[in-house]
Amino acid sequence: MADLLTVSGLSLKTADKLLVEDLSFSIGQGERFGLIGESGSGKSLTSFAILGLLPASIRPTGSITLGGEQIVGASERRLSSLRGDAVACVFQEPLTALDPLMPLGRQIAGPVRRRLKREGIDSSRAAVKREVRVLMEQVRLPDPQRLFDAYPHEVSGGQRQRVAIAMALACQPRLLIADEPTTALDVTTQAEIVQLINALVADLGISLLFISHDLAVVGQVAERVMVMRNGRPVEIGTAQQVLTKPHDDYTRNLVAAARRFDAALEGGA
Amino acid sequence: MTLLSVENVGFSYGAGRRVLKDISFSVPRGSNVGLVGESGSGKSTLLRLLLGLDAPQTGRILFDGQPLEAKNRRYLREYRKRVQAVFQDPYSSLNPAHRIQRIVTEPLRSLKIGGNHLEMAREAIASVGLDADTLTRYPHQFSGGQRQRIAIARAIIARPELVLADEAVSALDLSTRVRVVDLFQEISENMTMVFVSHDMGVVAALCDQIVVLDRGHIVEAGATAEILRTPQHAYTQSLLASIPRMPIET
Repeated sequence: MADLLTVSGLSLKTADKLLVEDLSFSIGQGERFGLIGESGSGKSLTSFAILGLLPASIRPTGSITLGGEQIVGASERRLSSLRGDAVACVFQEPLTALDPLMPLGRQIAGPVRRRLKREGIDSSRAAVKREVRVLMEQVRLPDPQRLFDAYPHEVSGGQRQRVAIAMALACQPRLLIADEPTTALDVTTQAEIVQLINALVADLGISLLFISHDLAVVGQVAERVMVMRNGRPVEIGTAQQVLTKPHDDYTRNLVAAARRFDAALEGGA
Repeated sequence: MTLLSVENVGFSYGAGRRVLKDISFSVPRGSNVGLVGESGSGKSTLLRLLLGLDAPQTGRILFDGQPLEAKNRRYLREYRKRVQAVFQDPYSSLNPAHRIQRIVTEPLRSLKIGGNHLEMAREAIASVGLDADTLTRYPHQFSGGQRQRIAIARAIIARPELVLADEAVSALDLSTRVRVVDLFQEISENMTMVFVSHDMGVVAALCDQIVVLDRGHIVEAGATAEILRTPQHAYTQSLLASIPRMPIET
């Protein structure tokens, strides 16, 4: 399996602080990779670095290649086009990711139109609308007729996250980054979104970088995982190995904590 | 022995739709009761009623056999001596300009409780597992988990009979959450606790009884072990089934 994303020796620092240190991992074509970490672990900064969205005050060193293309040090123009066709992201809070004043259909239409133009295909209003409808069905949005003209505040949190996923998929990325995509959702909605992400990634054959503090959720999504702490990698391996037979002490503590609540649910508190 | 009794309580904000409909349950003295629900379940509104911040429009709440008079300031002062709260966000619930000693002893002053406040503060801070020198420092010098311990020290310093906890561990990292759950378990041995949370795992670890809320209704209530083993209501069943579990060793 050829690697789509290769991060090697990545460090992120501000003028006086090292935020991420010597991070190396790779994600294969079609692979689902999980990044686990508590607050301050540097997991979200890592995703910003891959997206080329780091604030100017944070300087990356090392290498990030996506489909063979170097991201560290690339021009904003180049990065912007990579974000258009190679990598897309879904964040934690769909309400802040969406424009509150724009109907949902038009929000999905934006990236759809850009892709159709880029690929030199028919980008007429009718063609864009057709494509938007396809995406809305793909993310299993109910009643697309009505939701097309609805505003973000008129739909549920789970539906907003489905819209955000549709927007991310609109550019047909090869890598989808999902950064805590279910953290703000109710647990029943979370289960649906996890299922949706798994199904989409498999159907489309794209790679997934799934970032979360929740070990059990990562375990439902990822084939391989990396655990980060204070900006450093502590353990990397198959999800099965790391979540059931962790080698590192820190990971072992996390796994034990997660299992404690699982055990309580089984009635063995 | 019932400490808190909620009887046929209904509530709506203004002329809006009913947020709570015919809520009834009781909290035995010495028990830990979990109020579980997702967003829109009414659990936060119910907690506001229990805190005396709002009064129910129908039904009533009895505390130690007497009606909770949310609009009677004199009653509420006495009530607060016996009922304290811990909230979700340890960053906003502690005044950043005050030293920990002043924060922790605040209930003693506002409730006009006498005695050696410094001594009581030392005792409270020790009982949540923090050093005595914590008292001379400021909130920003502590981590989220330590701040939540400070909030718990403040809640127990006046030796309340009932502690109301609102998503009190939800903002904490997993490893910290486990330790603060342990602390709640420890302090709840000497008092009654109502623990409001969306997190069934935490509630299962802490509470001997669970009340499951959905869209303003109680859909199920009973002993924790029973509800976990044989949930009766379809909503409880789907809630339990949706919780992601860790993979099993193969």
